Amino acid sequence: MVIEIEDLRHGTELLKNGFASLQKGGVIMDVTNADQAKIAEEAGAIAVMALHAVPADIRKAGGVARMADPVVISEIVDTVTIPVMAKCRIGHFVEAEILEALGVDMIDESEVLTPVDTHHVDKRRFTVPFVCGARSLGEALRRIEEGAAMVRTKGEAGTGDVKEAVRHMKLIMGEIRSLKGKDDEELKDVAKELQVSIETVQETAKLQRLPVVNFAAGGVATPADAALMMQLGADGVFVGSGIFKSSVPEKMASAVVDAVNSYDDPKRLAAISKGLGSPMKGIEVSTLAEEEMLQVRGW
Amino acid sequence: MKTKIGVIAIQGDVAEHVIALEKALVGSGEKGEVVKIKQRGIVGACDAIVIPGGESTTIGRLIEREGILPELKGAANAEKPILGTCAGLVLLANEGDEEVVKTKQPLLGLMDVKVKRNAFGRQRESFETLLKLTIFETPFHAVFIRAPAIIQASDDVTVLATFDGHIVAAKQRNTIALSFHPELTEDRRIHHYFLDLVNKLCR
Repeated sequence: MVIEIEDLRHGTELLKNGFASLQKGGVIMDVTNADQAKIAEEAGAIAVMALHAVPADIRKAGGVARMADPVVISEIVDTVTIPVMAKCRIGHFVEAEILEALGVDMIDESEVLTPVDTHHVDKRRFTVPFVCGARSLGEALRRIEEGAAMVRTKGEAGTGDVKEAVRHMKLIMGEIRSLKGKDDEELKDVAKELQVSIETVQETAKLQRLPVVNFAAGGVATPADAALMMQLGADGVFVGSGIFKSSVPEKMASAVVDAVNSYDDPKRLAAISKGLGSPMKGIEVSTLAEEEMLQVRGW
Repeated sequence: MKTKIGVIAIQGDVAEHVIALEKALVGSGEKGEVVKIKQRGIVGACDAIVIPGGESTTIGRLIEREGILPELKGAANAEKPILGTCAGLVLLANEGDEEVVKTKQPLLGLMDVKVKRNAFGRQRESFETLLKLTIFETPFHAVFIRAPAIIQASDDVTVLATFDGHIVAAKQRNTIALSFHPELTEDRRIHHYFLDLVNKLCR
């Protein structure tokens, strides 16, 4: 058997979208150290998001929120066998380059951190895939055209209030449904309005879903929240502060994983939701001032 | 006879395998149905099983918690064909490397092979290549994503392909394990090969 070296291809769209596709039906958990990463892996998380602080604490701390310390990321990369993701600031392509050099498997260009540019990172020139947040179909499709292999709702991170994630998911799904039956001329108008190509809009209209994997994120705190997002059409769920801000993280982590698998089975969900201790306390989104909202970051 | 193929639908490339199998069924003009398996009680009614790619730790833990794990062992004992891709390969093995041991993930132990998780590296090392398989005349467009590989195999295991010194496709009795993802490309030869195996045994 002879394999020519030029036949080997890395960092292709197929490999990036394929990686994202393999995450479907799973739960990605925020972790801040090796012990938490182990708990997430043993609970059945499909991947972990390596951070120096969970979004609830980032929100509390204020100031400029940046990429996590590479020491934290490397420690987590060395600890678990499942994929490790990490966040860079919106538009900060050098943070993204550093994360890729650290061996991170997927980069989250995230509104949880302080943006540095109105232009998002050109994700096509990276070998590793990206996930980006979106509040509307326009944001989602613009990120996909920049090369995102996965989209997630922005929700309102670090609140434990799932309301905004619900709103964003319903809005995106509704906008996709509204493309049905439109002719090419009308789709062209939509493309112009959303600032994306007609091809991307046509593909979305035809598929009747986003052309890449679509996860829920931003405020998911309980098994019921996770199941709710799955019923609304999410391909999987990110849980940020919800696991390690709850009173018994091991139980909460397993329960959220089980809930995503049995999201349409209320009896199973009832059993899964029993005896989990207290979920994270949280902040009701409606009590936040406009300038405290993380979801408005990004374009 | 109408064949029934079950796809373990805990997590990962479930929809892609279902579509690939349905297309392969149509392509070969056979009658059959493909069902998704998320809970116990369905495996026994299937003629063959596919364990898709995803995270083997997640799929392993959930097939155990949902009670599907012993049913899969029963299906293998009943000589039903089983196809495992990527994470599926890890789960089919009877032994794992230190990474597998470290995660304490359950293995089905249906093939006499030792598996290495992430054998080729992390996502940045994931690759596509044209792979020569012993069962096909022309190379197969193989997509390896954080792929596992077989690092040891007993004499009962037939090697179908190797890459970079590791076994990346193998067959033992009616069980087939692949490191790569045939569900992510349009080449249906692997799914046809699997259906042929199912048909031979069902007749």
